[in-house]
Amino acid sequence: MDRATVLEQLTEVAADVLGVDPAIVSESSSFKDDLDADSLDLVEVVMALEERFSISVPEDKLDGITTVGEAIDLVIGIAEPAEPAESANPA
Amino acid sequence: MTREARSRVAVVGMGVKSPAGSDLDTFWANLLSGRSFAARITRFDPSDLPVQFAGEVADFDPLAYLDYKEAKRADRVAQLGFAAAADALADAGDLGADPARCGVVAGTGVGGLITQEAQEQILFSKGAARVSPMLVPMMMANATAALIGMKLGWTGPNFCVATACAAGSHGVGEGARLIREGSADVVLAGGSEAAVTPIAIAAFARMGALSGRHEAPELASRPFDVDRDGFVIGEGAAFLVLERWDRAVARGARIYGEVAGYGRNADAYHITAPSPGGVGAAECMRLALVDAGMEPSDIGHVNAHGTSTPLNDAAEAEAMIKVFGHDGPPVTSIKGATGHLIGAAGAVEAVTSFLAMRAGLVPPTANFERSEDELAIDVVHGEPRRLAAAPVVSNSFGFGGHNASLVLAPPNDQA
Repeated sequence: MDRATVLEQLTEVAADVLGVDPAIVSESSSFKDDLDADSLDLVEVVMALEERFSISVPEDKLDGITTVGEAIDLVIGIAEPAEPAESANPA
Repeated sequence: MTREARSRVAVVGMGVKSPAGSDLDTFWANLLSGRSFAARITRFDPSDLPVQFAGEVADFDPLAYLDYKEAKRADRVAQLGFAAAADALADAGDLGADPARCGVVAGTGVGGLITQEAQEQILFSKGAARVSPMLVPMMMANATAALIGMKLGWTGPNFCVATACAAGSHGVGEGARLIREGSADVVLAGGSEAAVTPIAIAAFARMGALSGRHEAPELASRPFDVDRDGFVIGEGAAFLVLERWDRAVARGARIYGEVAGYGRNADAYHITAPSPGGVGAAECMRLALVDAGMEPSDIGHVNAHGTSTPLNDAAEAEAMIKVFGHDGPPVTSIKGATGHLIGAAGAVEAVTSFLAMRAGLVPPTANFERSEDELAIDVVHGEPRRLAAAPVVSNSFGFGGHNASLVLAPPNDQA
């Protein structure tokens, strides 16, 4: 899953849920300051992304998400869990 | 509080969203026409329901009143309510009031039922994790009052009344009390309802409360008529701007009239059936008359609850005979035209009463032809009745046995 795809989907969702102009949504957009989204909006946005990517985001993972980029990290992290770090020195 | 000690309550603005029209002029013209606005439901496909017609508010665009996100976060009940309140406020002119002295009282029967029903579908089909975080603030019964207060920045008393079909009249009455007692200078008071939904229709139909006149929905709502067979559910909202009388006079406001009396009580008899002989309703009207300092003979006409159910209309007719005698004032029910707007009904009918006093006309009861012999009341029907402006009793009675009667008076400064 590449970031551009997630951003594109998130932008669509933001336009629908928040009524914002898709042109203003970027990775650096702050949900609160740039997109006028409160905590309930963020839950709705993430819920719509869960739908679109068939993932499940635990409630507590939303804490600390303030920008679109962070939300993209969260979605990708859940959709494609990082491989366990390979040990440099196998025993 | 004695009448001498309390402030008088002027009505200085009104707004309505109803199946019979969504501005005062259209609404009034449609009521005078004598036609009914019940029709097949269009907002969703009603094909699987036992009753497939209702009174809907046509062509309502919430975006004319709310921005995109506000509208998305408000159930239709709050959208309609806010729109009616905004129209009323625009109608009232420049109030110039301190926001801390401005209040809101909004009646509703069930609140955001459309949202609740949709989210329950999601709960059952997709699971709890897909339920909207906006469900609670959209379905709660007080959402309309909250939206109006927030949008206007009014920080005075703000609450909702949920007394089923009596909520609209209770809303106006409780709003008037805030001004009388000095808690507010201006109050937006009224009610809203948007319960034309599959679950509500299924439920009311199961009670046997709805008309089943499928072959002719436009003839289904027929208050006080001998062939009435139930009510037609409707949606809508109305709000009135109430203002302390001396304040309204001082700023040269256009005054529609006065909320002169308010009675409320409970049947304490049955959860849905009216008390036998309409004793609770009769007592409620008497309370309102006493509150207004008026005699039954002072009343020009009655704007009845008149739902078109066999039980309500019989009990209300008996109640009116108890209060006014056999030669009582003429009676009208606009539910023939609009259907039954549940928690908005009393507010829409209060607006109607002021329009009637202003025009010197009582609108006809749509579809009424004749009542059973024992219900010997003078039901205005066919044509509007010309009548000099005189105080109106407007009734609302709700499931649960909640009764509310308003005495609404023309703008007579000697009152």
